[in-house]
Amino acid sequence: MAFKTAFQKSLPIFFSYLFVGLAYGLMMNEAGYAWYTALFTSFTVYTGAFQFVLITFLSGGASYLTVALTALLMNSRQTFYSLTFLEDFKAMGRRKLYMIHTMSDETYAVNCSLDREDPARKDTMFLVALLSRIYWMGASAIGAALGQVLPFDLTGIDFCMTALFITILVDQWEKQKEHFEPIAGGVVGVLCLLLFGKQTFILPALLFVSGLILLYGQLHQTEREGNA
Amino acid sequence: MRTYTMILLAAGITFSLRALPFVIFSGQRTMPAWLERLGQTLPSAIMAVLVVYSLQDTVDGGSAATAGLIAALATALLHKWRHSTFLSIVGGTGLYMALLRLL
Repeated sequence: MAFKTAFQKSLPIFFSYLFVGLAYGLMMNEAGYAWYTALFTSFTVYTGAFQFVLITFLSGGASYLTVALTALLMNSRQTFYSLTFLEDFKAMGRRKLYMIHTMSDETYAVNCSLDREDPARKDTMFLVALLSRIYWMGASAIGAALGQVLPFDLTGIDFCMTALFITILVDQWEKQKEHFEPIAGGVVGVLCLLLFGKQTFILPALLFVSGLILLYGQLHQTEREGNA
Repeated sequence: MRTYTMILLAAGITFSLRALPFVIFSGQRTMPAWLERLGQTLPSAIMAVLVVYSLQDTVDGGSAATAGLIAALATALLHKWRHSTFLSIVGGTGLYMALLRLL
């Protein structure tokens, strides 16, 4: 029963996407966008954190270059997820493109947890992807529509983006032995904010910090090879 | 119109990133070590920049800045304590919305 397994496996994703998707929809509404624009973004882009940043880009009048490069840097992790399932997706025929498009942090984690010996594993992977995308699209459209009819003032609801990023950062921090990367990101971020000003600083900050991390990784590697 | 072209641009780039390994690593080739390392180290650096980005209005000062910093700290502590994304986001956002009206 691939569907039963897929549904059970997708339940944690359901609660996570329902809530974060609603928050996304509410924030889209607060920024002045209709439920169908929220739905369209969730349908085409389909990434959690970046969709939140995209709201501020759309409403703040960011350049195409900023949108493109931030999408590139923020979503580059998806490339590494696809890499893990290269052989699996290739064997999925017509469903391959759908599997590639719907790869997210959450479905990646669930796909990794599936029993490799299960003959229905690929069907389960497909159904998890399908269900998760429905949860996300549904929640974001409902959130945006809800924002329109809720009778109270939702000023400050945009903080859910800040809170989401903080929770992700805390989780990443706790998995690390050293914290060079997040500290570098924070310091470079604040310096660029002071130097370039609001909105425009995100692009130089992301580029500087990527270069710095790359350099640090190379030096670290050389050092380790020198010690060996 | 600009809104939709931007959304589609973002969608195109995101899809390309997801599809990239199928184009370049279709043979037996493996990833260069530096790229693999970057894949593990970059996300937390980027997330730290994004936290700064989402708190950027702090530079304007005023009570909204104070509310933002207090709520951000509370969110981090709450998450370190309970590790529940739901609780951390509801708690942090609720506190921020309350502080905006009280300060």
